[in-house]
Amino acid sequence: MARGRRQLTAAAWTGAAALALVLAVTLGTLATVALRAEFASGLGPADWAAVRFTLLQAVVSATLSVALGIPVARALARRRFAGRGLLITLLGAPFILPVIVAALGLIAVFGRNGIVSQALLWAGLEPVSIYGVQGVILAHVFFNLPLATRLILQGWLAIPGERFRLAASLGFGPGDIARTLERPMLRQVVPGAFLVILLLCLTSFAVALALGGGPRATTVELAIYQAFRYDFDLGKAALLALVQVLIAGSAALVALRLTLPAGLGGGLDRTIRRWDAAHPLLRLQDGLLIALAALFLILPLVMIAVNGLPALASLPASVFTATLRSLAVALISAFATIALALPLSAWIVQRRARIVELFGTLTIAASPLVIGTGLFILLFPIVDPAALALPVTALVNAVMALPFALRALVPALTAIEADYGPLADSLGMTGRARLRRLWLPRLRRPLGFATGLAAALSMGDLGVIAMFADPEGGTLPLALYRLMGAYRMDAAAGAALILLASSLALFWIFDRGGRLDADA
Amino acid sequence: MLTLDGVEMRWGDWRLSADLTVPGGARVALIGPSGAGKSTLLAAIAGFQDPDAGRITWNGEDLAGMAPAQRPVAIIFQDNNLFPHLTAAENVGLGLRPDLKLDAAGRAKVEEALARVGLDGLGQRKPGQLSGGQAARVALARALLRHKPIMLLDEPFGALGPALRAEMLALVAELANETGATLIFVSHEPDDARAIADQVILVAEGRAESPVPTDEIFANPPAALSQYLGSS
Repeated sequence: MARGRRQLTAAAWTGAAALALVLAVTLGTLATVALRAEFASGLGPADWAAVRFTLLQAVVSATLSVALGIPVARALARRRFAGRGLLITLLGAPFILPVIVAALGLIAVFGRNGIVSQALLWAGLEPVSIYGVQGVILAHVFFNLPLATRLILQGWLAIPGERFRLAASLGFGPGDIARTLERPMLRQVVPGAFLVILLLCLTSFAVALALGGGPRATTVELAIYQAFRYDFDLGKAALLALVQVLIAGSAALVALRLTLPAGLGGGLDRTIRRWDAAHPLLRLQDGLLIALAALFLILPLVMIAVNGLPALASLPASVFTATLRSLAVALISAFATIALALPLSAWIVQRRARIVELFGTLTIAASPLVIGTGLFILLFPIVDPAALALPVTALVNAVMALPFALRALVPALTAIEADYGPLADSLGMTGRARLRRLWLPRLRRPLGFATGLAAALSMGDLGVIAMFADPEGGTLPLALYRLMGAYRMDAAAGAALILLASSLALFWIFDRGGRLDADA
Repeated sequence: MLTLDGVEMRWGDWRLSADLTVPGGARVALIGPSGAGKSTLLAAIAGFQDPDAGRITWNGEDLAGMAPAQRPVAIIFQDNNLFPHLTAAENVGLGLRPDLKLDAAGRAKVEEALARVGLDGLGQRKPGQLSGGQAARVALARALLRHKPIMLLDEPFGALGPALRAEMLALVAELANETGATLIFVSHEPDDARAIADQVILVAEGRAESPVPTDEIFANPPAALSQYLGSS
């Protein structure tokens, strides 16, 4: 029955068109960049330093995230406590947390005037500085330790409970369990988690923009931005963009050999009863690990609220216009994501195409700055790029959010077609009738989730907009970055609070909307 | 008259051949061990799976290349016969128009069909609010509205208790009588066949045999059937 006839031709055509648009935005801009790159000047010492720093910070950040994620995930897997579910939900939050907000929160904790420095001064020690290498790595660990923990926790919970019961009946201690059950699981899970995080750190831009810079802490992405913004050297920017593609592309090629874990899945609320881990010292160790991880995650966010609330009353008007612009971009971008993802999902389901994983990996490796450089080169001769800053940002955000939308929609649509496809076929429900009466109603939950995710990601994005916008016309993340650059930290904290609240609210509203009144 | 002319279905090593004719208006039970290909045979007639060889014709017209909805066939599946997000009336209405754009006359027909299967006034309920027997009746009401000359039942009442199943089969037989439709249904229960089928097609050992009158085949069962029934 699986080889059934399908009548999704219209959807398939739209899907092919959506695919063409996505390819034009990604590969088309890449080709533009390649044509425009000026190889004559080559890479100078500063550029090589950027290449080295990009690789170094990514390897260190990914290693730290995974190395710390393993004990935290183990502690979460084997302990039950009040608030565990909430903490695990919170571990998913950095995903939709605007990078620039997190940077500001980290500055409030680890910066020269932050809590940690104050405590050190009080103890008669030197304050710490967050700007530079350590800041970039700290921020990347802040974002990716929760991701690593979730991915590895999934691995732990995938070990059948019966094995732990068998181990307990055989009198295994923690060491025996680690050797026979946990290490084999880690050998499978850790490489994928490491590679995902490595890719994310190789292509992250806003962290380096906010906390990096200077000869010792400039990434290739930041160098592209600087060649562009400060020198307006398009040839150089294009050449650096090619270098970035080469770096991220080779990492992605390695990653393609593994199936990259998704990390957005549910089902992490289970715990395994562990008879071997009852020792008080082990309990203390796990408790400390969980408390520290939670503190590391929550404290910067609390600082945003603490510093931001008093500043709300006296925010400059420009923050509010930027907020409105950002909301518009986020909504348009989210609907564009869905407009691309829905026909693409139909096409993938109909063709049984296995491009979802490919897409996911390639778009993680793709860099908004590379796409932005390509689009700028294409648009610059025709129009003033600043005039198109917001539409271009919405489009690039939509493409970047696409793999996450596909990960939510394709499995759901596959299930719908498996369950109800024959019935719809037998009734002649094709085209619009199938879309309106079968797909949309049954896809409400994943559609709500994907829309919320895309809106939140776009709301917080600080990438292409930094290249395209003029000083008056930016989005809220850009306005926040400029306030930080002008050392107006109070106003920045207020803007950060608004940005954080908007991102979370956008996600919550759409995700909740998809769950309301959903039929079983 | 439904004719399967040299039809062959294959799946790896598995195969099923059928060379038979079902007269118009007949009520035929498909009986045989599970995995023999009863559902596959229905899928071929309904247009979900193309035969690897042979032709399927209805009154001389070749069905090859016709989409499931274009065929002279209404089918009720084992499960997933109703869309859970649509009301009972909407589920029935899909039998008239797949885009559900119904005028007053259409809505009246839906009400009529629901009343005919004993679901007066339940049109606004969603499948989740209906019992198993009521949900089966909704599927029947829709099949009724489609006015197709062939009705295929792929064991849709398997999950119902014996009494309810007998009741539903009796309703099916009544409806088939009223509309004159040719009825072909899959069953695991010889009693179902005895109750409403006038002919039986035995599907076993890679072959779908020609239909045989029901009392005849149970009075004098072929070897494959006795083996399936467990009587010697």
